Amino acid sequence: MFNYKDVLETIEMVEREHLDIRTVTMGISLLPCIRATAQETAKCVYDTVCKKAENIVKVTADLSAEYGIPIVNKRVSVTPVSLICAPFAGQADLVGKALDDAAKQLGIDFLGGYSALVHKGMADYERTFIQSIPEVLASTERLCSSVNVGSSKSGINMDAVGLMGKIIKQTAEATADRDGFGCAKLVVFCNAVEDNPFMAGAFHGVGESGTVINVGVSGPGVVQHAIEAIPDADLSELAEMIKRTAFKITRAGQLIAKEAAKRLGAEFGIVDLSLAPTPARGDSVAQILEEMGLECVGTHGTTACLAMLNDAVKKGGVMASSRVGGLSGAFIPVSEDIGMIESAEKGVLCLDKLEAMTAVCSVGLDMIAVPGDTSADTISAIIADEAAIGMINNKTTAVRLIPAPGKGVGDQVNFGGLLGRAPIMPVHNQSANKFVRRGGLIPAPIHSNKN
Amino acid sequence: MRAVVTVVGKDKTGIISKVSTFLAERQVNILDISQTIMDEYFAMIMMVDLSRATMELSALAEECRAMGEKIGMSIHIQHEDIFNAMHSV
Repeated sequence: MFNYKDVLETIEMVEREHLDIRTVTMGISLLPCIRATAQETAKCVYDTVCKKAENIVKVTADLSAEYGIPIVNKRVSVTPVSLICAPFAGQADLVGKALDDAAKQLGIDFLGGYSALVHKGMADYERTFIQSIPEVLASTERLCSSVNVGSSKSGINMDAVGLMGKIIKQTAEATADRDGFGCAKLVVFCNAVEDNPFMAGAFHGVGESGTVINVGVSGPGVVQHAIEAIPDADLSELAEMIKRTAFKITRAGQLIAKEAAKRLGAEFGIVDLSLAPTPARGDSVAQILEEMGLECVGTHGTTACLAMLNDAVKKGGVMASSRVGGLSGAFIPVSEDIGMIESAEKGVLCLDKLEAMTAVCSVGLDMIAVPGDTSADTISAIIADEAAIGMINNKTTAVRLIPAPGKGVGDQVNFGGLLGRAPIMPVHNQSANKFVRRGGLIPAPIHSNKN
Repeated sequence: MRAVVTVVGKDKTGIISKVSTFLAERQVNILDISQTIMDEYFAMIMMVDLSRATMELSALAEECRAMGEKIGMSIHIQHEDIFNAMHSV
């Protein structure tokens, strides 16, 4: 029989501290769907996704009821669409539409994988595919897109970085009536991972098996509460407490992942040990950092606190799960975290500090609104900076910026729901045009030569 | 299959009776039961066997929640594995 403390702790984590399984994501390979024409391929893609994931909503609802833990999101990731559309890249939008329709049919909120991997070079069909992204994100609701522009092994493809600055601007303009909402569904990566369960950057890598279940856990509120309980602890004790808490959270994720995989006829892929915030108060990574002793997130000391938090979460989580993967770290999406929003509104949290924070945690400059008149070259330069941090540090970094059309510093964008709201953050006005327009490849760092 | 029923709330007369009758009506067999009062708050944990239960665990969870609301307590039923997973190495 269990003891009171353990049982009541679990109940309290769920009821008061927002413990949940953030996402159960089914990865589906679309490689068997390639047909002679775009129309036939789109039909097969729709049928495959609807068939393989047909029970995902029901199974996760059952699991949530049986184990007493909420499962917030049910999602699907697919093989990068640029690969299955290579012979007819000009009609990739048909496959995008089919995927969006499949997501609606399944009753899931997002489906990821309208993606291209161009970290070393960009073939003509990939360029054509990437150029379709703004229109496809504007004309679909639930489809998410990502582009990998660099890696530690290959360097940074600055031609792709230059192109993505323009694509982000076009996506914002194509969804100007919704504050550039399309950009919230578009991620630019360096060192993208093949088994990420979190949106908007999820896709199903070609190294994965046919159908896989990846689970993302969460629980910033649980960690914050654990820290609150030991107000006078030193940092070693704090790290231990975070480790123990991460262990428990991850164990819950592993249990759900294995059971979901069994019931859905898929392989168990990974558990992603990420602390993913939501705009709800008490479900914030920023508030954890403030509980650790910062007056306001973004002030001096933030990077050190975040580094310790991120490392302790991983240490606890790795022990708890047989297979760890995905992004695995603390997320710092500005619009999705009440503490980050409030700090940005006060002018404490700025883009430069966020960039420093991304060097010690996953995943990057995430859900940040910038002025609508920010140039494509400036956005490319921001992407290049972030990709450089990822490339040199052998980690995943990403950029999800929203250049909100017609808005400037002092305004805010509001996407509602899990995507939250974000004050417009200033960017530097000095140009990086010449650097960005040089194009070519930033060579891989010396430490990538390990063979 | 075994599950854990927890009943938490302000102490009053007849809680155990109401909850055990509710479970018996659904052919849920109580294997172990322990109960305590902490600061006027009643906390009860039961290990139950669902092998002859008249409904699925997910449906039972919903009925427990509704029953809890009716008698002014918080009642949960959860698969025992969640506690095994989270609280043992």
